[in-house]
Amino acid sequence: MNTPSQATPPLIIIGNGMVGHHLVEQLIERGATEHYRITVFGEERHRAYDRVHLSEYFAGRDAQSLALCDADFYAEHGIELRLAEEVTAIDRDASEVITERGRYPYARLVLATGSFPFVPPIPGHERDHCLVYRTLDDLDAIRTAAADATTGVVVGGGLLGLEAANALRGLDLDTAVVEFAPRLMPMQVDAEGGELLREKIEALGVQVLTDRATQHIEDGQASRHRMVFQDDKVLETDLIVFSAGIRPRDQLARDCALEIGERGGVVIDDRCLTSDPAILAVGEVALWQNSIFGLAAPGYQMAKAAADTLLGGELTFDGADMSTKLKLLGVDVGAIGDAHGSRSPGARTFRYLDELKQEYRKLVVSGDGRKLLGAMLVGNNDAYDTLMQYYSNGLELPEDPAALIVPSSEGAPTLGADALPDDATICSCHNVTKAAICESLDAGAMDLGAVKAETKASTGCGGCAALLKNVVDHELEARGVEVDTSICEHFAHTRQELFDIVRVEGIRTFGELIDKHGASHDHRLGCDICKPAVASILASCFNEPITDAAHIPLQDTNDTFMANMQKNGTYSVVPRVPGGEITPDKLMVLGQVAQEYGLYTKVTGGQRIDLFGARLEDLPDIWGELIAAGFETGHAYGKSLRTVKSCVGSTWCRYGVADSVGMAIRLEHRYKGLRSPHKLKFAVSGCTRECAEAQSKDIGVIATEHGWNLYVCGNGGMRPRHAELFATDLDDAQLIAIIDRLLMFYVRTADRLQRTSVWRENLEGGLDYLKAVVLEDSLGINEELEAQMQTVIDNYECEWAGAINDPEKLKRFRSFVNDARPDPDIIVTEERGQLRPA
Amino acid sequence: MTTATAAAPTMTPTWQTLCTRADLVAHSGVAAWIETAEGTAQVALFYLPGHATELYAVDHRDPFSGANVIARGIVGDARGEPVVASPLYKQHFRLDDGQCLEDDAIRLRTWPARLEGDEVQILT
Repeated sequence: MNTPSQATPPLIIIGNGMVGHHLVEQLIERGATEHYRITVFGEERHRAYDRVHLSEYFAGRDAQSLALCDADFYAEHGIELRLAEEVTAIDRDASEVITERGRYPYARLVLATGSFPFVPPIPGHERDHCLVYRTLDDLDAIRTAAADATTGVVVGGGLLGLEAANALRGLDLDTAVVEFAPRLMPMQVDAEGGELLREKIEALGVQVLTDRATQHIEDGQASRHRMVFQDDKVLETDLIVFSAGIRPRDQLARDCALEIGERGGVVIDDRCLTSDPAILAVGEVALWQNSIFGLAAPGYQMAKAAADTLLGGELTFDGADMSTKLKLLGVDVGAIGDAHGSRSPGARTFRYLDELKQEYRKLVVSGDGRKLLGAMLVGNNDAYDTLMQYYSNGLELPEDPAALIVPSSEGAPTLGADALPDDATICSCHNVTKAAICESLDAGAMDLGAVKAETKASTGCGGCAALLKNVVDHELEARGVEVDTSICEHFAHTRQELFDIVRVEGIRTFGELIDKHGASHDHRLGCDICKPAVASILASCFNEPITDAAHIPLQDTNDTFMANMQKNGTYSVVPRVPGGEITPDKLMVLGQVAQEYGLYTKVTGGQRIDLFGARLEDLPDIWGELIAAGFETGHAYGKSLRTVKSCVGSTWCRYGVADSVGMAIRLEHRYKGLRSPHKLKFAVSGCTRECAEAQSKDIGVIATEHGWNLYVCGNGGMRPRHAELFATDLDDAQLIAIIDRLLMFYVRTADRLQRTSVWRENLEGGLDYLKAVVLEDSLGINEELEAQMQTVIDNYECEWAGAINDPEKLKRFRSFVNDARPDPDIIVTEERGQLRPA
Repeated sequence: MTTATAAAPTMTPTWQTLCTRADLVAHSGVAAWIETAEGTAQVALFYLPGHATELYAVDHRDPFSGANVIARGIVGDARGEPVVASPLYKQHFRLDDGQCLEDDAIRLRTWPARLEGDEVQILT
């Protein structure tokens, strides 16, 4: 943490939107907190959030999950974030910004005030329930207005208009889009593409009215409003959202006489400096070479240049490509470069229209047919990545450019990674070039994961994942690195392949597997990689006790002794406490056992109690007492379900809407003992306050008034990942069926020691694919997955109960086979009233 | 149960009987006390039935953690040579000579071991 002294010059940033936040991140990364005392003003009550995914607010996401950083991110870096404090003026003579609460001096000032939605001056636009779509507060207002509405209209059929239409659909309103131009998305698509887009969007139940200029809005007869168009036709609706473009929020700059463009926007140079060199501007308020950039990516590039400028660097903003790849209301739309061909005299076009599949593709190529100048895609964006590479890197087109958009039996020719020049941008979110990827490989990154961690490539929108993998594989191969997916030297198979072999051939022991499928005839012992992996696979398939003679040599020590080895060779014991609910009697038993065996006790993050320092030879006696008191093993040692954390829920909490503890206990009992590629953590929250922190778990369940919302593939720990909303408003049976399938699909297909979060990120096709498999049964395996889960559940038995009744298994818990003496090297000392390793 | 205290301290190596075959765990390890010329020691015994060498005896003490845990590691082979992986920090030790594969400077003590009928014996 930095605590710059009062002498450090103050830097003020006005605006805490996506670009303003990115600027702060850039500044932190460059160590600017050493050189500036930074204050950020945001007029909204929320800290920076993801406006790109705003429509998900109505699909269950909240301000917290849309937030771009943790609540204490700014404070941690010594940056003051003043939310809900609007800057009302800039006094350039005094170098101060003025808010309702005071005056704040600056040495440097950055305007990141963004834009506001343009509301056409139609008479009646100021009526109640005529709203805009820009901020979370706007969305709250829309939600409130929608409460007693049945119909909604969006004025504006552009990108944001269609996003807003999606939001209205999410509120169950009969939705219509009114566009002034003759087609939807006039900036991105042409007449044919627009027609196709209209068909697809109307098929979703959204009415599309183009060529309509609203003349005025008046009281409706059946609804709140009546919109009257140029031809006196009318449309009645309860709610109107204006989304007819954006305008830069340049009022502060106008008031203090900074140079403003003719049509608005604060004029900046290549280093993001305004006409006053103490003041910079970035994002949608900034006007660079007479252009406003209304997308996040160019704003980020400006932020990067501005951060560099503030630190005396030379980095410049050189404009940005406005090519976009979108999924609006589920419909793919892509526009690259000069998609209309209007800026390129002499250009020629290729067009492909399939009215059956509803796909439209268009190429704009140079007069000689050698370079791609632009492209347009509706209905299917598969060709986008390849076309973008041709466009942005000026690659020579194939002899017949049409092959790039016409379906062929061999599939479209994909662009080989070797055809890309070094300066080819692979990841546009983080501006990672092919050269940067090669550099990270040269510096020692040996696989895709390492390259992603090193360069951040493909960690933004993820759109370049396939291309990045292609480049990395190709470059590794070029460096003589064979991309070997074998699990270890004993099997030339991936974990997934081994899983399929075991399942299909019904193989039940490691010995049989290595005899039939081992990589070598001589090396048959296996190793600490493949043995636990195969043990886990066998357990996932058949769930035989891991302590059986055939399986015991495969297990890691924690599984062998069903406890967690600590650094001095003793073990910790964690009995299952389902849902974190425990009776006073059982709680006392834990205390008594800990006292009797001198165990250090600590409450875990998963709402149970960990007893540390148990000697190997004491484990059976400890478990004898625990089992007699009704406990069973907690699998804290296994790659398996750990806990289902819960809040107290509707039973006690005045906010709870469902019995979260009851559901947590039910889930914990259902999935306990499921061996999986890595540990699994669940949580169930009884309301959207989310006290159980379900959105950081592999499986997170949150109660709503309409049922359960399921979040998946989250993670805490070293690499936190927010869980993604997977399905909403589920009843108990639906929830369990979906978790059954998802978990078993993970168990089947993940790599060893791959948590659900990384598995999900590496899944080709991403969340949509996972939803298709689990919710729509696109692979036709759901019945099988559910049946397999049922087998595991039916075969569950407490491993400890099985062990303490089996003299053969108990022999394993002797510290020494020829002496009952305890290990004298285990030495403990007392600290804060408990024993710990000396 | 056999104890090792009867072994006389002597310069001549002798075969001590530690336990019986039934005390061993196939394809895994158990720990035992032994008397050596330098005093008592904890030894890890690994039993690989059907393998060219069926019985190995190496130090039970893990030099990286100082804990007596080597017998609780996973046995396997690395490029054809039998090894045990430390259960704590996962370094591999060759069972033949105790050499650590990750650190040339580290080697576990080893002792010749054999099965005489059902008796597990070690040469100290």
